[in-house]
Amino acid sequence: MHPAPSIILFTTLSGLGFGMLAFLGLDAAPPTGWSALAFLVIAFSLAGGGLLSSAFHLGHPERALKAFTQWRSSWLSREAWAALLAMSAMAPYGAGLVFLDQAWRALGVAGAVLSLAAVFATSMIYLQMRTVPRWNHWSPPALFLGFALAGGALLTGRVTVALWALPLLAVVQIVAWIDQERRETASDTDLATATGLGHVGTVRAFEPPHTGESYLTREMVFQVGRKHALVLKVISVLLFAVIPVVLLLLPFTHFLAVPAAASHLLGALIQRWLFFAEARHVVAQYYGRWDKTGMRRGRRFAR
Amino acid sequence: MTSLPSHTEKSLGLVIDLDTCVGCHACVTACKGWNTENYGAPLADADAYGPNPVGSFLNRIHSYEIQPETGPAQVVHFPKSCLHCADAPCVTVCPTGASYKRTEDGIVLVNESDCIGCGLCAWACPYGAREMDPEEQVMKKCTLCVDRIYNENLPEEDRQPACVRTCPVGARHFGDLSDPESDVSRLVAERGGIELMPEQGTAPVNRYLPPRPRDELPELDVLAPFLEPVAEDSKGFVGWLDRTLSRLS
Amino acid sequence: MNAPKVDTSPKVSDEIRKTTCYMCACRCGINVHMKGGQVAYIEGNRDHPVNRGVLCAKGASGIMQHLSPARLRAPMKRTGPRGSGRFEEISWDEALETAVSWMKPLRETDQSRFAFFTGRDQSQSFTSYWAQAFGTPNYAAHGGFCSVNMAAAGIYTMGGAFWEFGQPDWDRTKLFMIFGVAEDHDSNPIKMGIGKLKARGARIIGVNPIRTGYNAVADEWLGITPGTDGLFVLSLVHCLMKAGRIDLEYLARFTDAPCLVNGDRTSDEFGLLLANEAGKKLVIDRRTGEIAAYDAPGIQPDLSAVYRAEDVSHRTVLQHMADKYLDDEFAPEAVASRVGIEASRIRAVAAELARVAFDEAIELEREWTDFRGETHSRMIGRPVSFHAMRGIGAHANGFQTCRALHLLQIILGSVEVPGGFRFKPPYPKSATIHPKPHAGVMPGQPLDGPLLGFVHGPDDLLVDEDGNPKRIDKAFSWENPMSAHGLMHMLISNAHAGDPYRIDTMLLYMANMAWNSSMNTSGVMKMLTDKDDSGEYVIPRIIYSDAYASEMVAYADLILPDTTYLERHDCISLLDRPICEAEAAADAIRWPVVEPDRDVRGFQSVLCDLGARLGLPGFVNADGSQRYKDYADYMQNHERAPGVGPLAGWRGSGDEHGRGAPNPNQISKYVENGGFWIAHVPEKAAFYKPWNMNYQDWAVSLGLADRPCPYLFSLWCEPLRRFQLAAEGRHRLSPPEHLQARYGEVMDPLPVWYPPHSSGESGYDLHAVTQRPMAMYHSWGSQNAWLRQIHGRNPLYVPTRIWKSEGFRDGDWARLSSPHGEIVVPVAHMAALNENTVWTWNAIGKRKGAWSLDENAPEATKGFLLNHLIHELLPPRGDGLRWANSDPVTGQAAWYDLRVRIEKVAAPDETKPSHPAQVSPVAKAPEVVARKIGA
Repeated sequence: MHPAPSIILFTTLSGLGFGMLAFLGLDAAPPTGWSALAFLVIAFSLAGGGLLSSAFHLGHPERALKAFTQWRSSWLSREAWAALLAMSAMAPYGAGLVFLDQAWRALGVAGAVLSLAAVFATSMIYLQMRTVPRWNHWSPPALFLGFALAGGALLTGRVTVALWALPLLAVVQIVAWIDQERRETASDTDLATATGLGHVGTVRAFEPPHTGESYLTREMVFQVGRKHALVLKVISVLLFAVIPVVLLLLPFTHFLAVPAAASHLLGALIQRWLFFAEARHVVAQYYGRWDKTGMRRGRRFAR
Repeated sequence: MTSLPSHTEKSLGLVIDLDTCVGCHACVTACKGWNTENYGAPLADADAYGPNPVGSFLNRIHSYEIQPETGPAQVVHFPKSCLHCADAPCVTVCPTGASYKRTEDGIVLVNESDCIGCGLCAWACPYGAREMDPEEQVMKKCTLCVDRIYNENLPEEDRQPACVRTCPVGARHFGDLSDPESDVSRLVAERGGIELMPEQGTAPVNRYLPPRPRDELPELDVLAPFLEPVAEDSKGFVGWLDRTLSRLS
Repeated sequence: MNAPKVDTSPKVSDEIRKTTCYMCACRCGINVHMKGGQVAYIEGNRDHPVNRGVLCAKGASGIMQHLSPARLRAPMKRTGPRGSGRFEEISWDEALETAVSWMKPLRETDQSRFAFFTGRDQSQSFTSYWAQAFGTPNYAAHGGFCSVNMAAAGIYTMGGAFWEFGQPDWDRTKLFMIFGVAEDHDSNPIKMGIGKLKARGARIIGVNPIRTGYNAVADEWLGITPGTDGLFVLSLVHCLMKAGRIDLEYLARFTDAPCLVNGDRTSDEFGLLLANEAGKKLVIDRRTGEIAAYDAPGIQPDLSAVYRAEDVSHRTVLQHMADKYLDDEFAPEAVASRVGIEASRIRAVAAELARVAFDEAIELEREWTDFRGETHSRMIGRPVSFHAMRGIGAHANGFQTCRALHLLQIILGSVEVPGGFRFKPPYPKSATIHPKPHAGVMPGQPLDGPLLGFVHGPDDLLVDEDGNPKRIDKAFSWENPMSAHGLMHMLISNAHAGDPYRIDTMLLYMANMAWNSSMNTSGVMKMLTDKDDSGEYVIPRIIYSDAYASEMVAYADLILPDTTYLERHDCISLLDRPICEAEAAADAIRWPVVEPDRDVRGFQSVLCDLGARLGLPGFVNADGSQRYKDYADYMQNHERAPGVGPLAGWRGSGDEHGRGAPNPNQISKYVENGGFWIAHVPEKAAFYKPWNMNYQDWAVSLGLADRPCPYLFSLWCEPLRRFQLAAEGRHRLSPPEHLQARYGEVMDPLPVWYPPHSSGESGYDLHAVTQRPMAMYHSWGSQNAWLRQIHGRNPLYVPTRIWKSEGFRDGDWARLSSPHGEIVVPVAHMAALNENTVWTWNAIGKRKGAWSLDENAPEATKGFLLNHLIHELLPPRGDGLRWANSDPVTGQAAWYDLRVRIEKVAAPDETKPSHPAQVSPVAKAPEVVARKIGA
């Protein structure tokens, strides 16, 4: 799948933001005053900025409000509601913390649950895609929630939680990468089922419908070399888990929190880029480019 | 609206004959022509005369080569457009309800004024049947020419999709696949019509008629009696000729 | 669930205007839907005899051709050097006066210094009439590099050809065999026919090195080696004759198989057919054993007879055929390795042909009367049919190959019978009824007769006393005596070489000679720009008419911009290449469904104007004023013979058809009727047309012929034999010595096969051919925003054997070399391909700057032409002479004889050769196309 920067930014940033909000909402002894304001501004900026960024991905952002209508069936719609409700809950909760020095517990817990629901809904958008075997898998919710929580813990300064969560997330991510690959290999969609011609013999794409690219090939037929992907995976884990953990284990100073968070964010962005770039869409079968998309061995595909 | 109807009164769709399609692309441009001038925004072409032209098309023809276990390789031309699935995943993912399946005839449509151009429906479709218009930024897809098939301004015989009307070899058939007595259902039954990617669980309405067996001219020993020699050389041939002509006259 | 309200009955258009498509040579009827006075949508016309409502990819994209950014906008004169593309726009008056100032002196002194050649012209009866009136011998359309072998072989053999001049009996045929077919002639009718066969489950056999298109849907595919079709067909003939599976009754009655061949070795007519004083061919009447004219009432021509006179035996044509074709050299086992088809499959095809033709014969209860006066109660059909086109024709052995195929059809008794191959009016027409070619130039006068035609022996050649060609293209000369369509592909190289003479002014129409319509494209561009010692261009003046900014525009000095096909009048005339069906005569018009929004004029109307300015007879009235104000006026008022004009429908007062006085309302009648006219062949006249008096009389009544002209099919091609006789020294004229041996080989009166010239170029072991994609016509499609997305570039398709041996992978490039040159191109793998053949789609590659495309368009950077590898002349041989790369009989360009070798190279930035960009003579194209007229 085409790794669109807007979606990568959106899912990564809003995930972090909602993760932060979740921790702020659940915190039995939340920060208040200026300190609360700082955390809330960061969390809302990430969550809201992410949502805003997602709007750039739309062909018609001016119609974005229509996306609230189909909550009964659409995960995207549910995500919109959850995000809206989460922010609606966390805004007064946050105002209580900042201005009144009050923690309205119920509101905070509700906000936290809704924040995680928003992240979960986002992940379900991907999980539901049967057309993308790598996503049609347990991993998107695990990873999206994992990143939200681990990142949220890190960014809200929960060192102990982060020290447990980040290594755990790294393990989940590595297992996910391995199992996603298994899932993709196990996909029973191939050119034979795509064309229904498997009974005649071995089917091979001969001529594409059009000699140039199309929306379909640009959006859903993307390739990344296997070696290249592996290098990126190592870098990603180093950045989102290993380096932050090392930094956190050093004698704590606020000075190191910033590089730890930055490292995590960069790693998360790379992780998210790979989440899209490696995912193969079955429509690539029709173009004879399944084996040339997603993760691909050998030479670069010259077009 | 984004929910799928539990039942449609008809299942209108196409039956495409892969034995007959010569890959001429007539249906591609007839579709482009009609749907540019009709339902929704025109099907635009970006960089139309430049290095990377990308236009929206609702129907495209792939070509595949098949190598059977024995005999020469075969080429199959493969038109592909929306299959108007009963369990259309493109409909349920739509956050705005722009994408919907009609109860009356099963046609899957996009209400362009509700489309936010998020592209999720195109991701959800395993067939590549939806394309974002490069200019209007709304999702375009085959409408089964909903503005032709019921159009009272068209003569009755023209109330069929533009691709079907134009197909020079008659490889495209339009009808109600929920009616077992319809011509299209009969064709599917007779010729073993196939469903694309059944494992995706989309329950497509459109069916494809597989190519008839190729390169199976009866073996020579079956045909040998038709070539039993009457003469080995010219002289013998003239003798045979004379005998035969005598018999004829 | 509140489904949105969808308007399922939108207004389709304000008005439908019915005219004729021009997106290829097929000439389908189209409905042009108008909204607000603009073209909104184009679909096929259901009533039209050619396409019955269907329309191909090109036709359905016509709107984008009509709106092409490459449309020329006004007359132009060249301001930069030739080839640069720099022009300035001028007025029509200036343009026409310039043309007249160049042409008039030539007309008054020596018209042979003027040459007029047209390309995709669909008005050849008009343009040739104009050329004749001008008095130049140098006129032809593009048939010489297209399909003259197919057309001429058909006409010389059976009085009609495949092409668009005949069609299988789609409703009845049970076995259809299709050879190397090009896509732009009769393409929708062939597709519709294939659809009919498929619906009935009839068998289709495709013979083509490449399995695409029609061959992809063929039940059997024979991936033949290019240039060997004739050998394959003659092997089928061998099998069928040996098994006696031939239609003796048909051969005896309707062909020259029973005619007697002069066996007197001492005679100057040795090898010609015996004829009586009236010129009628002679046969032995089997009832009496006596010699008789072939058409004597009631006779039974005897196939097995020998006529002995003065100690000489004269045997029948069929016996000569037995001598030749029963020889083991044509046995499947002997030909298999050369044709690339296993012997057992050749036999299986022969057996299947025999089985279907004879064991599945069909009979129609329809009475008809033949030319001998005999009435038949039934029509017997052999339900096997054939079609072929350029693929088998564009070889140096193409004429004989096409003849071989007709021979096969005829011995099966499958021409003009139910289930077989049928002619479309005005065919069938014996070769002897066609005019002969003329080249009699008289200063200030018209030519002494029609320019093109059919020769029947050395006496008809257009050569001077020394045997030198009279025409610039050397048509109808010893080098290619039966070149019925001229040799457009030799025009520029001959004019450049001054051989046989120099040309002063060239008028070209719709012929992209500086690109895809020439062999040796780079060489031709150089010839067009070469200057002599005095600094003048070697070809001094070039006038070009085209509607679009094609590559050729840059090489002209004066541009006469043509209209698009929706802005013009045209007639698809019975005098020309009509649109008839086997069961109907028909013609059609184009008319301006919209007026041009540019300062352009239909080329034919411009010729009416130029003709008047030049004072050409036929184009001026008695008082010297302009005779036809435009082409529409000509279409309606011109009479070729009394009562016979360009359009056959609604003549006289509107109720006469075929023959009748000019009708001032004729065009409006055509418009009213959907743009065409049709007259159905009566049932009894529908088959056996060459011999069926019901048909012959009907044809006369319609003005298709002046009198009934029944004839026999010519298995024995006497014109060929006459040229052989000349080479043998038995004629007052004789071919130049270097041609004499070749005449003996290739001018055999019976179909033969010989290897095409370029076989055996050592080191060039692969064949390279092109095919035309169904969604593109020549170079036109690239300016079409829809079609260019389908074919924006073309790979070289490589068969599995070579793909593996060269170690190719997806995305690789290769150098393809011929004895003449090399190109560097992208490759792609194809398994369903003859293992010794590479191929690509034709005319996708474009010159940078042409057709209003971006200079980095894939057509220019990834597309390519094979033309660069093909020379007009073959490489020098032992005799030091360079032979033309064409068929020695007709001069047809032997495109498909190209031999190459291939090697993998590192991927370059773009295809090679790369030519510098031309300056585009039109404004930059828009970036986005999103046009919708309706609300």
